[in-house]
Amino acid sequence: MSAVPALSALEELAERHSDTLRIAANRARRLPLLLCGLFVYLVASWWFFSIGSILAAANWPIAGTYLASWVSYEIRPEFRIAPDGAMTLSYGRGPLGKDPKPDWVRLETAVRSPEKPAAAAAARTTAPAATPAKTSSFNFMSPDAAPMAGDAAPAAPQEKVETVITRAAVMLSGAASLAITPSQVDVKNGDEVVSIRLADGRAEPIGSLPGWAEQKRAGEKIVLSFGLAGWAEVSGDRISVRNRFFGWANFLFDTQSPFFGKPYSEVWRLVLSGDRIDPSRSNLALAWNNICYNAEWQHLDVWTKLLQTIVMAFAGTLFAALLAFPLAFLAARTITASRVLNQGTKRLFDFLRSVDMFIWALFFTRAFGPGPLAGMAAIFFTDTGTLGKLFSEALENIDDRQREGVRSLGASPLSVQRYGILPQVLPVFASQTLYFWESNTRSATIIGAVGAGGIGLKLWEAIRTNSNWANVAYMVLLLLLVVFIFDSLSNALRSRLIGRVNA
Amino acid sequence: MPVNLPDPVREPPGRPHDVERHWNEMTRRKRLYSVLGLVLLVACVIASLRFANETNAGKFFERLPYFFDFFRDLVPRDGWEIARALFDLPSPYDNGSFEYNYPEGRHYVWSSFYIPEYMFKMIETLNIALFSTVIAALAALCLSFLAARNMMPNPWIRNGVRRFLEILRAFPEVVVAGFFLAILSLGPLPAIAAVSLHTVGALGKLFYEVIENADMKADEGLRATGARWIERVRFGVLPQILPNLMSYVLLRLEINVRASTIIGAVGGGGIGELLRLSISQNHEAKTLAIVFLLLVTIIGVDQLSASLRRRLADERAFHPA
Repeated sequence: MSAVPALSALEELAERHSDTLRIAANRARRLPLLLCGLFVYLVASWWFFSIGSILAAANWPIAGTYLASWVSYEIRPEFRIAPDGAMTLSYGRGPLGKDPKPDWVRLETAVRSPEKPAAAAAARTTAPAATPAKTSSFNFMSPDAAPMAGDAAPAAPQEKVETVITRAAVMLSGAASLAITPSQVDVKNGDEVVSIRLADGRAEPIGSLPGWAEQKRAGEKIVLSFGLAGWAEVSGDRISVRNRFFGWANFLFDTQSPFFGKPYSEVWRLVLSGDRIDPSRSNLALAWNNICYNAEWQHLDVWTKLLQTIVMAFAGTLFAALLAFPLAFLAARTITASRVLNQGTKRLFDFLRSVDMFIWALFFTRAFGPGPLAGMAAIFFTDTGTLGKLFSEALENIDDRQREGVRSLGASPLSVQRYGILPQVLPVFASQTLYFWESNTRSATIIGAVGAGGIGLKLWEAIRTNSNWANVAYMVLLLLLVVFIFDSLSNALRSRLIGRVNA
Repeated sequence: MPVNLPDPVREPPGRPHDVERHWNEMTRRKRLYSVLGLVLLVACVIASLRFANETNAGKFFERLPYFFDFFRDLVPRDGWEIARALFDLPSPYDNGSFEYNYPEGRHYVWSSFYIPEYMFKMIETLNIALFSTVIAALAALCLSFLAARNMMPNPWIRNGVRRFLEILRAFPEVVVAGFFLAILSLGPLPAIAAVSLHTVGALGKLFYEVIENADMKADEGLRATGARWIERVRFGVLPQILPNLMSYVLLRLEINVRASTIIGAVGGGGIGELLRLSISQNHEAKTLAIVFLLLVTIIGVDQLSASLRRRLADERAFHPA
């Protein structure tokens, strides 16, 4: 048969070129081996970082709350029940000011003298916020949906009496509501109703608790979560409710400002033509001042810090480029003939680059104190190394003919550099510097967080409080905007520079 | 051929210097722009420096004399202190304070064999960088095929994935780290999350650009045999782009070693935090030991990655895709 000799011929061929076949076999085995190694590494790292147990122990429900607080805010009415059954309501340091009387909290009050028990005196039902027709909970950036204090509590008819709350109804956004009396809380969430009896400082659910209510131990606080609408905590002597609204509260004016709570149209009218609120300055100046020094958003401070970050990146990169420029000529082997000088400068670049920006930032923070000077110096040192390396590589790769031409005309060494080299490399240098300027605007944020000043530090402080997530979102937005603008600017400038090279 | 365009060479003979005049005019204008640009730049620099100096905690010229004090304070009591701090050996100056308590940080592996504290933390930081790079590269690989024009014809998915990658890339790492720090408590995981999310964005973009530049003839052949999408990816595109992708991953690893050090300093554990603490507490031997360790590691990783990338490039040159 003919197949047998063909097979032997093939074997002979394989014998003769065994190297080639072996390489192919090795290459075929490489991918599965690589995948196995990868798998083993991932499992080992899972154990090394104990990822499983950390993920299991993590507080995931709060992650949702934190994420929601990026674009929303909570209003926190808190009812306290005194041992004699008197209920009081407070709003803490919320975004609505001291006494907001929102329309989603309805109170029934009674006037009583402290000696006698409640309910004897003339009970009077008030719907305190009957004024605003608007019931929207989506008041983005403006607290104008929140009603201002209407008519105050009824004037006390005689001395030695106080107004106490006998019943309260809290309607959260969505279908959840709470009906609160000193002895019982009825919580309605959709179709389900839970009643909780309050007695002797203990909270006892009547019947069994549904999935959205949780009580760790009998008698202790019951946590009711209503999803994005908010949540409530009911314990024997205290009911705190968190009602969540979409938007950034008090973004322009804080509760101290005379413009607080006014609709935009009225603020506009006051600024343009109203009587002076503060006789010493115009309303426009007052409004601007109130915006800048807004206690919750600290606009002026945020803008200053952002400018610091921009300045850090700008000045740091520019000075680095200015220093790297002459040094690169020393480092380039094609331009400076001295081997010692070349190597010395190159090792200096390597050192500056490898001692990371972060280490320089820590050093200079220690030396200059926290602030943009430290960040600027850190960027300057690191980028002198990086830009010097890039510049000297560009110089070593230039086209030599231009230089020879200038030299053959009998030009002085300086003129040779000026007319033979600079026109070739200057656009490249400028484009690289612009690129680093742009990328340093991002880096400046991170080194800012370790103390080198700028928005990074402010951002980090806001994050660490765990409660200012809306401020974090604001700063991140500003940062993204700045990065986007610089990105486009540097891209546009660079394409013009490179375009000139091609032309 | 009739020429309608104004040609300076064919100007009437009465105006011989038009070319030169025009040239001079252009040069003057160019020079004016250059000077104006330079003046603007200098004004910007001066304004920035003044602003930076005013808003800094210490003023530049006030702090400058003390600046060198700081470097003088960094000199340890004797040169061997650095080695002792590095290897957790007992110090002769030990007075019970945190400055000289080197042996306390030892990580015993078995009986009397230990890994010195800083080396352990350095390994942890390196592993954070490596682990984040690996998982981010895997995720970026999956996403990049969905973002490449030649592999994903549906523009909605493609542009959606691209926007997603852009957001990941631009989002400040500090914020991601801080957010996960709030949920997961202290440890390496916030740093891993921050570094790897950013890396997915950065690598994803590089990857899909490589995929878009791949030679599609192999893919065409596979499509002609009726291969499924995943087979086209595996046998048509992946073999030719893999060396390129590996080289980007190695470059990213270099960057991530630095990034994980920084993120460590803001609360993610690892060597960065130790360096921040020892600098702020003026522990000169510890500081120098960590800086030395970091320097060696960073240079080592850079060299290793450079040599691997060279080998990849050689391989590619030898077996053209």
